[in-house]
Amino acid sequence: MTTQTYPFELPPLPFAPDALEPHFDARTMSIHHDEHHRVYVERLNAALKDHPGLHGRTIENLLRNLNRIPSDIRPAVRNNGGGHLNHSLFWSLIAAPSQRAPAGPLLDALTDSFGSLESFRIKFREAAVGHFASGWVFLVADARKHALEVLALPDHHCVLATHQTVLLVCDVWEHAYYLKHQNKRADYVDCWWQVANWQRAARRFGRPVEAAA
Amino acid sequence: MADTATIESTVRHVLPPLPYATTALDPVVSANTIGFHYGKHHKGYVDTLNKLIVGTQYADLTLEKIIIATVDKADEVAIFNNAAQAWNHSFYWRSLRPKGGGEPPAALQHRIEASFGTLDACRKELATAATTQFGSGWAWLVLDAGELKVVKTGNAETPLTKGMKPLLTIDVWEHAYYLDHQNRRADYVNAVLDKLINWGFAAENLD
Repeated sequence: MTTQTYPFELPPLPFAPDALEPHFDARTMSIHHDEHHRVYVERLNAALKDHPGLHGRTIENLLRNLNRIPSDIRPAVRNNGGGHLNHSLFWSLIAAPSQRAPAGPLLDALTDSFGSLESFRIKFREAAVGHFASGWVFLVADARKHALEVLALPDHHCVLATHQTVLLVCDVWEHAYYLKHQNKRADYVDCWWQVANWQRAARRFGRPVEAAA
Repeated sequence: MADTATIESTVRHVLPPLPYATTALDPVVSANTIGFHYGKHHKGYVDTLNKLIVGTQYADLTLEKIIIATVDKADEVAIFNNAAQAWNHSFYWRSLRPKGGGEPPAALQHRIEASFGTLDACRKELATAATTQFGSGWAWLVLDAGELKVVKTGNAETPLTKGMKPLLTIDVWEHAYYLDHQNRRADYVNAVLDKLINWGFAAENLD
């Protein structure tokens, strides 16, 4: 994500659409990736097309400097760029379930910040179930607070602070779960928990953090 | 009259009956969708509101008064969201009807032509508002300072709090169309305008 610039490309799903069955169904995965995410990328590129001065910018750079984006394309960049960044993170931070529960430094940090892995699970679940309307719920590592936090953000708002690293993310837009779970978002969040990619979360937790801007 | 308090405390907001059969809007809005949308989402907002207002200053207010009293108050956001969603959904069901679409009643038609030029221009504005509302929300035909206008609102927001009089609405939360149309919101919106929109209801609201 961090080096790609205009024209942005839809990243392929890192697994087959049915790879996360029965937790995430193949039909939802296909529509979510091939339609919703694709359209965000297309609309982001369309918004940027006539603005060559922005073509060298990464998605994070564009989103961190929205106030310097021409006002006529600012909503399109915020909404579609945010949708692109968050969905790209989402695909990379889920995986077929395995034996990999969090361990080592990440488990220690979860215990320090939330009391226990189970307390974290409950807190994340409450945030995801309780978030009103469309949005995203993140587990972030905050380098300033030296702590992990659960963050809920509306629409396609993104975690952009350079001292915060996203470790896990759950999409709570209805399109993420409506075909399989309809109004029962809690059931979806429980399925998401089964496919949370702890291996990659641990890698992201271990990597050096950029200096705060 | 020891029962008075009991009676008052049980006077709650109710889920209004659906104004048609659950199959009446098929296939644009299927019975399956209505089962969840009316039976779970709408009912959920009403039930949650009733729980939230017990023992509060809002317990005896009408839905409209609760909405006006709680809008933009950070501490009351849950009450606002559920009250506004309860109101918006009741209004949405009445904004649709089987064998809808077509031409508005003459009085409304004249108002539409005065404000938009043509009915087609009004429909296009509604379709644009409904397809471009980002995230969850609503598209509305409203009366604002004597003029008909199209506006869109996000999440639970409603023109009621902006001094406008709603005439009709289209729900564009994904739950309104996802089982029937998935990501194709425009298909849902255009079909609603062609086949379900209840111009008669909008005309009644003009009075």
